[in-house]
Amino acid sequence: MSIFTEISEALQKGKRKVVTELVQKALDENASANDILNNALLAGMDIISEKFKNNEVFVPEVLMAAKAMNEAMALLKPHLTEQGVEPMGKAVIGTVKGDMHDIGKNLVALMMEGKGIEVTDLGVDVSAEMFYDAFEREGAQIIACSSLLTTTMGEMKNVVDYFTQKGKRDDVKIMVGGALVTDNFRQSIGADLYSPDAATAADLAKSILA
Amino acid sequence: MKLFKATAYENLADFVYGKALYPVTLKNGMSIGGGTMYPEINFTLPEMLITKEAMPEVLRNYTEIVTGICERARELAVPGFVAEIETLPPMTENPAWGIEVCKTVVDIIKENEAKYGIKGAVRITPNDIREGKELEHMWRGRHWEAMLKTFEGCAKTGADFMSIESVGGKEVHDEAVMYCDIAKSIFALSVLGCTDMNKLWPEIVKIADKNGIIAAGDTACGFANTAMVMAEKNYIPKVFASTVRVISAVRSVVAVENGAKGPHKDCGYEGVYVKAITGTPISMEGKTAACAHLSPVGNIAACMADLWSNESVQNIRLLGGMAPTVSFEQLTYDCRLMNEATKKGQSLLMRDLYADSDSRLNPQAYVLRPNVVLEISKEIVKEDGYYPRAKKAAALALAHMEKGYKNGDLELDDRELTWLENLNEAIDALPADTEAFTAQIMGECEKLDPKKYDM
Repeated sequence: MSIFTEISEALQKGKRKVVTELVQKALDENASANDILNNALLAGMDIISEKFKNNEVFVPEVLMAAKAMNEAMALLKPHLTEQGVEPMGKAVIGTVKGDMHDIGKNLVALMMEGKGIEVTDLGVDVSAEMFYDAFEREGAQIIACSSLLTTTMGEMKNVVDYFTQKGKRDDVKIMVGGALVTDNFRQSIGADLYSPDAATAADLAKSILA
Repeated sequence: MKLFKATAYENLADFVYGKALYPVTLKNGMSIGGGTMYPEINFTLPEMLITKEAMPEVLRNYTEIVTGICERARELAVPGFVAEIETLPPMTENPAWGIEVCKTVVDIIKENEAKYGIKGAVRITPNDIREGKELEHMWRGRHWEAMLKTFEGCAKTGADFMSIESVGGKEVHDEAVMYCDIAKSIFALSVLGCTDMNKLWPEIVKIADKNGIIAAGDTACGFANTAMVMAEKNYIPKVFASTVRVISAVRSVVAVENGAKGPHKDCGYEGVYVKAITGTPISMEGKTAACAHLSPVGNIAACMADLWSNESVQNIRLLGGMAPTVSFEQLTYDCRLMNEATKKGQSLLMRDLYADSDSRLNPQAYVLRPNVVLEISKEIVKEDGYYPRAKKAAALALAHMEKGYKNGDLELDDRELTWLENLNEAIDALPADTEAFTAQIMGECEKLDPKKYDM
């Protein structure tokens, strides 16, 4: 079994310590950081994400794998920077102003990270201005907004309008999601992307950034 | 403070819908838990932002909703009904808005009662806003003050019941649910949740007593229903969500310990445990709450209910009429049937039909079986302290699910069985002592700010 396969399998089992040790071992054996990222870590995340979509595993198993990947990434990052490897892309995520629902947004953030996207999570109760500031600060390509209430969905339009007002609407893709959000709603507020669940949100984000 | 050392109910044959050992009776004669099932209708606004400018439209919506419900109540000749207002976050942050909404609803329902003799009651549930980055402290500061002001103001409008879905410990529990970490779930519910409720509920009861309104109850909706809905989406194991449901009973009983009298609020399915332990009436929601969220407990939720609710529905137009009116009609017919069964001496048969039609198919339904609820409740109250009770609740929920599976009374697939084993191991590994447990868990809770709980 190659070390990449070993890393992938340990990652799928959420064995954080083993994954980190194997990544270090691969680096010591002069494997390229980019290969470790793509052929071991992201490959493992792709497999477990697929299992999740097929109802073979639950969210905690995916999240433990994502945690293992994040810890290994801390080890890989300096090497990736040295090699001039850029992250796949950056996303800023948050639950819109007036809404305190956290879990759905957290799932999307972790699933995106599992796809190799750098995610800045602004938390809950995030205003249009806060999304914009984070976009400027992080240089994000995606703004992901979550809302679970009929009385906060309108804030998503405020986010879209704020980026338009600032003249940056064409520089970013705005993604929306939440229990009552639909693709029709997405169209009506002029957002770019809609996803019905966390796993497809991450896939969608990856496809946009690829 | 009344600590429950034994269950109020001893016999399964007494534990049935429509009847509570300690009914709550209103001035208009409506007796919740006094033998008659009443519908409890809940509703929310359509898609709109709540701002000062939008308040006339907000009030127009509530007027339209409640007027429609009152009309249908007359046409269907209901023996009485309860309408619940759950304030939305801006209505608690700006107490005047929440109070105005409450007064609007109360006035329409009381006028309808005076004019047409249709008995109506109002439950006001101020939204717990103690969340987010700006929260200073759980029991002081802007959020706390606004919430108590909303309670106080709404209590003066003539509303009948006050409830809450308090959020103490929710920041930790959200993470516990995502990772199916049963130790963190127990910590969030039995340490943080119970501590918070022991601070919050004396204040609510004080306001209730001062204003002649009934302090009703506090659900673990943000905890156990979150888990339930995630399990229904196949995100987390059903056995985990079922275990959280039973643990949450330990937390929700704290409201009654502090003087709440019921009816326990609809969205807390742990209400059946609260009823078993305290004898107070409960509101429940099942198939008629599918407008708000799907669940695996559509029928079984009715077994021990005293009010029958729809959880919430937006004020949108359906073919049959406005959605709250449609929802009200569905609740009314369910209650009619249950009351008719009672009249004919068949309420226990009805209860068991409700239970048996759901409980085999899903562990979340199984842990709501009347016999399971009563057996677990009797054991929980033998424990001294919230953490030991929660730990016992978890262990018993798992044991009952395992027994049900082995006896062929409960279907569990291989993935669920693996998690059943994992959860049993996690419970076995927990320390006996609350202090040791707290010390062990605190450092693992990334989102917990202990200072906000004076810890």
